[in-house]
Parts: sequence; C-alpha cells; structure tokens
Amino acid sequence: MDNTSQENYLEYRGRFKGLMGWLTSTDHKRIGLMYMYAIMFFFIIAAILGLLMRIEKIAPGQTIMDAQTYNGVFTIHGIIMIFIIVIPGLAAVFGNFFLPIMIGAKDVAFPKLNLLSWYIYVAGSILVVASLFAGGGPPDTGWTFYAPYSFKTGTNMLPAVLGAFVLGFSSILTGLNFIVTIHRLRAPGMSWMKMPVFPWTLYGTAWIQLLATPIVGITLLMVIGERVFNIGFFDPAKGGDPILYQHLFWIYSHPAVYIMILPAMGAISEIIPTFSRKTLFGYKAVVFSTLAIAFVGYFVWGHHMFTSGMSGTALFTFSILTFLVAIPSAIKVFNWVSTMHQGSISTDVPFLWAASFIFVFMIGGLTGLVLGALATNVHVHDTAFVVGHFHFIVFGGTGFAFFGALHYWFPKIYGRMYDRTWARTGWLIFFIGFIALYGPMFYLGMTGMPRRYFDYLPEYHGPNILSTFGALIMVTGFVIIVVNLFKSAKSGKKAEMNPWGGTNLEWQVPSPPPLENFDEIPTIDKATYKYE
Amino acid sequence: MSNVHRDDFGSKLGMWLFILTELLLFGGLFITYAVYRYLHVDAFHLASQELDVPIGTINTIILLISSATIAMSITSIQQGRKKLTLWLIASTIILAVIFLVNKYFEWGAKFEHGLFPGSDYLDSLGYGDVLFFGLYFFMTGLHAFHIIIGIAVLGFMFYYVKIDRLKPDNFQLLENGALYWHLVDLIWIFLFPLFYLIA
Repeated sequence: MDNTSQENYLEYRGRFKGLMGWLTSTDHKRIGLMYMYAIMFFFIIAAILGLLMRIEKIAPGQTIMDAQTYNGVFTIHGIIMIFIIVIPGLAAVFGNFFLPIMIGAKDVAFPKLNLLSWYIYVAGSILVVASLFAGGGPPDTGWTFYAPYSFKTGTNMLPAVLGAFVLGFSSILTGLNFIVTIHRLRAPGMSWMKMPVFPWTLYGTAWIQLLATPIVGITLLMVIGERVFNIGFFDPAKGGDPILYQHLFWIYSHPAVYIMILPAMGAISEIIPTFSRKTLFGYKAVVFSTLAIAFVGYFVWGHHMFTSGMSGTALFTFSILTFLVAIPSAIKVFNWVSTMHQGSISTDVPFLWAASFIFVFMIGGLTGLVLGALATNVHVHDTAFVVGHFHFIVFGGTGFAFFGALHYWFPKIYGRMYDRTWARTGWLIFFIGFIALYGPMFYLGMTGMPRRYFDYLPEYHGPNILSTFGALIMVTGFVIIVVNLFKSAKSGKKAEMNPWGGTNLEWQVPSPPPLENFDEIPTIDKATYKYE
Repeated sequence: MSNVHRDDFGSKLGMWLFILTELLLFGGLFITYAVYRYLHVDAFHLASQELDVPIGTINTIILLISSATIAMSITSIQQGRKKLTLWLIASTIILAVIFLVNKYFEWGAKFEHGLFPGSDYLDSLGYGDVLFFGLYFFMTGLHAFHIIIGIAVLGFMFYYVKIDRLKPDNFQLLENGALYWHLVDLIWIFLFPLFYLIA
C-alpha cells in the first residue's frame, strides 16, 4: 500500500522537532490540524458557557448567575462560536487539509501566508477570550456589537471588537490563499467541471470571505473609533445613525452564515456519494447552486432588520431575496436525496452524520422561511424561535457536517480507524440531545419567550426544563465522540488507504498522507464521483 | 519545502485580490461618507472650506510622483540597474515621509483650532461638522496608517534588492509592493476631492 518513498506528514521531522515542528510548519496538513485543535479548545470553552446559560434557565428567576453575568456569558458564547469556531470551521480545518490533496497539489499557493493566518487567528482568539477576564467585566452587547450600546457600555468591548477584527483578517487571508490555490494549482486535466464539490464550496466560501469580511472589518474599526476617539458615526447624540451600523454589520454577517454553511454542504456532498456507492446526482446543479448561494447571499442582509426601521420597499425586496436564496439550498437537498435513491447505502458513521445533517438542516431552513416572511417575522422577532432556527442551521448544519467530515476523513488524517460502535453511540446521544435542546425553542418563541433574557415567565418552565436536559444529553454525546476519537488517534487500528471506497484523489494517497501528498502530480482524466 | 515552487502569476493574482479587499475596507467608509454627505450637504460644503487645499494639493502631487518613482524602479530592476533601483525605492520612501510630515502639520493646525473628534468646540458646531471631521480624521488617518505600512513594505523591498534577493529575473515581490503603493496613492486620489474640493 505504501508505494511512496516519502515519510508521512505526522512523522516528518523538519528543522525542529516536537511542538516547534508543528508551530513552524508550513505544511497545509499540519496547519489544518492546528486549526482543528484550536477550534476544539475554544469550542469547549464556548460550549461550557452555553451549558451555563441552559442551567441558568432550568428554572424561572435567578438560578446560578445574575442578569449582567448572563449578558456577558451569551455575548462571549456568541463571539467565540461565530468568529472563532464556525467561520473558520470546516474551511480552515478540512479545507486546509484536503483542498490541496483533492485538487492534486502539493500545498496551498502561499504556505507561509497560511501559517501566518493561523497565528493571526490565534492572536484574535486570545484577544476575545481575554475580554472575559480583563477588568470592567465581559462585554454585554451580544455578538452583534449593536451601536450605540457597544460604545456606551463600560464593559471590555475593545478586546472583543479588536479580536473579531483580527479574526476577520485571518479569514480574508485564508480565502485569498484558497482562491489562488484553486486557480493555479489544480492538477493537469482537472478542469473546473471535474473538480470535486468540496473544493467548489471552498471556492465559493473564499470569495465571500474576501468580499464581505473587509466591510465588517471597517465597521468594527469604526466602533473602536467611537469608543476611543468619540467620533460619532453611529451615535444619535452626534448626528450618527445606529441603523447604518446595523446595515454595515449585516452586509458581512449575513454572508458569513454562508461562509459557515457552504463548506459544510461540500463535505456532505463528499460523504453521501461515497456511502451510497453512486455518482453525485446533478453535479452541475450542486456546483451552480453553490455559486448562486454565494451570490444571492450578499443581498439578503436586510432580513435581520425587519423591525429596525426600513422603507416598505426595502422590507419587501429583502424578503423576496431571502426566499430566493432558499432555492439553491433546497436544490442541494434534492440532489443529496436523489443520490441516495437506488444507491447501495452503507449506514456507517459518516453517513449517519450526513443524514442527520439533512434532517436538522431542513428544519433550520424551513424555520428560516418563517423568519424571512415579513408578517411572521414581526411576530417571532427576537424570540427564542430565532435562537432555535439559528442553532439548527449553524450548529445543526455546520456542526453536524463538521463531525461528519471528521469521521469521514479521520482514517486519512491519522491513518487510524476509530471505534465505530462508540462513534455510533455518541452520534445517537448527541442527535437526541440536540433535538431536545433546540426543538423546544421553536415552541417557546412562538408563544412569546424573548431571547437574551436570563429569566422567563413561569408558564415557559416546562419546555425550558426539556431544553436544559437536552443540553446535558448532548454534552454526554459530545464527550463520548471526542474521547473515542482522541483515543483512536493515538491507538486505533491502522486504517487502509481507502476504507470507505471513495473515488476522489484524497483516497488515492496513503493514510496518513506523505509530506508532499503525491510523489508525482497526478493527471486527471475522468469526472469526479465515478463508481462504475 | 524541498522543491521551491514559484508562480509569479499566482503571486500577482494574490496581490490583486488583497487590493480588492483593501478597496472594500475603504468602501465601507465611502458608503458612510455618501450617506452623511447626502444628509448634510450644506454643512459638508462649509466644513470643507476649513481644510487646507494647498497642502492637500502638494500631498497629492507628492503621492503621484512617488507612484511614478516606484513604477520606474520595476523597469530599472528588469534592466539590471541595481543602483538606480535602490535610488528610486529610496526616493519613494522619502516622498512618503514628506507626505506624513505635511499631514502632521495639517492635523496639528486642526487640533489647534479645536477641530478634532470629541472636542467641545466641534460638538458645538452641529451634526454635519461633527460627522465631516469625524470622517476626515478617520479616513485620512486610516490612509496615513497605510502609508506607514507602505513605508515598511518598501523598506523591505530596498533591503531585498540590496542583498540581491530581488533580481532582474525575479522581481515579482517588488511589483507586488509597488501595487500596494499604487493602491495607497489611488485611495488618496479619491479622498482628496471628497474632502478638500467639495467647497
């Protein structure tokens, strides 16, 4: 099986050994894993904060924290989860690791820049987490930093806002790197329409990162300007307009949702054909819907502001566009389901994650239409319904796809197989916990429980108990999954080169891949996902 | 990496993409400018009269010349004239420093008159003036910050040419640095009329 003369990337010893060997490595595979470890670390912090919020809400009134602490906790939970975890998410971890391999390249276009992006990412993350502990108390604006409160509040806004700005910089550089990589480093014969879907979705994501992130960058800089120099861009007392802040913020932050979800869709599009033993149904439709999402996704930001004060025409337009952007997502779901149709499905662990992804993603997507419609939006705006929808899409979408991708590519990354029974058990518990945690929020929101409050009226008690227990169940599942993977990475059974029978390039290199991926750059002469 | 991969086109593509993000960064500010100028046409018109058009004009000319010198350095490195290349990069840096010195005196004069964000005097003038000078300081300040970055970048280019890392057959990095400098110039070309010439 090992037909290569090179060492694999895990054992390769460059100028430095041990930890320094990783921290100074420009190998895209090591950088991908460094992102993964950082993301896992921060995820655990943010998940603990999330759990604390749920415990606070197990009963009406103050349970374990006061209102101000709760404000800080949900803000930091949001900032970490959004800017540190799901935005880099699959693109930074699996994109870095697999993009070059899947297009037949030895590395990304700018390996040093890639390492720099990781350091910028870590610097930004540390700033954000520092805002928890520095004097003045954790920021309490919510992750959206809405003006004018974000420069009026006495809490640690500066490190948090600056951290988000720095993280944006890292995101831009990664996107730039991927675009150039895809344009310049595809193996001979890999025309655009022979490229697998995961690189395609990374390409769409990279463009969004490049075009949208600078806007939030400058907006956050302006907030810093407000706080430090008292400028008045968004301060009504000085003639500034807080609504303008909301526009500038959402011009980025709505497309950011597609930064999170597109690579997730890409990973699912890799898993489903492999476990259905069938060519991906409607490859072109999947590719074009990816680009359509990336494009239309730019013009829907206003749907976050239906109650903020906009003209009727603007409301109407944003609502229509929101409905439009749902179409390419639905196309993808049809394609995945059609791929499974009459396939020879093997319900192995990655497939379970992919199938449950489709399930939760559909619930998240359809409830998104409830929010995209003007009349119902006014009814459920800023209620727990939004929280439920958002977590179904972002956690259910990106999170499930992340775990799916991790279980799919794990044998390739570490060259070892995990214990599948424990992985299934973990998935089942996680899935049940997830539904129990976020499902009740739809009901709570519909009946009027607002979001971002540490307290609620007694009539909301029942669903909140269910939700908190769901959180505890989900955490149990998470621990099982992580412990299983962690142990398997160290001492699992050796994995073969192609344990799942995948057809793309990453399954044609040894597990774990050699330092430079390929001895010789391959020539591609057939379409992707061919099982015949 | 055992084999050095070189792709000048890819490197240039990356630089252009980066420039695109820089333009979008300033784009957010241009939108803000557009909104507030639309709301306060007269106040912007009057506030603009406070700015020093001669200094602004001189700075514009300085940046245009510096763009020319850095562009010439690329031709000269291709012709293998190392000494001339070094001189051209050095003069670009000197022009950039002169620009900053002018900016310093210009800003200093505004501060003396109490025209700076957060001052009681400015706050007493009304919304349009507050926003105009807020935007003026923020945008020219961010631009000046880019000039400083540019000086650092050009400093590295100078050093790389000096130690022969940039050579007649391998000068893509210098071209990227020059592209960045042109961007800094270009942004000023928009800032100058929007602030100085609307009176």
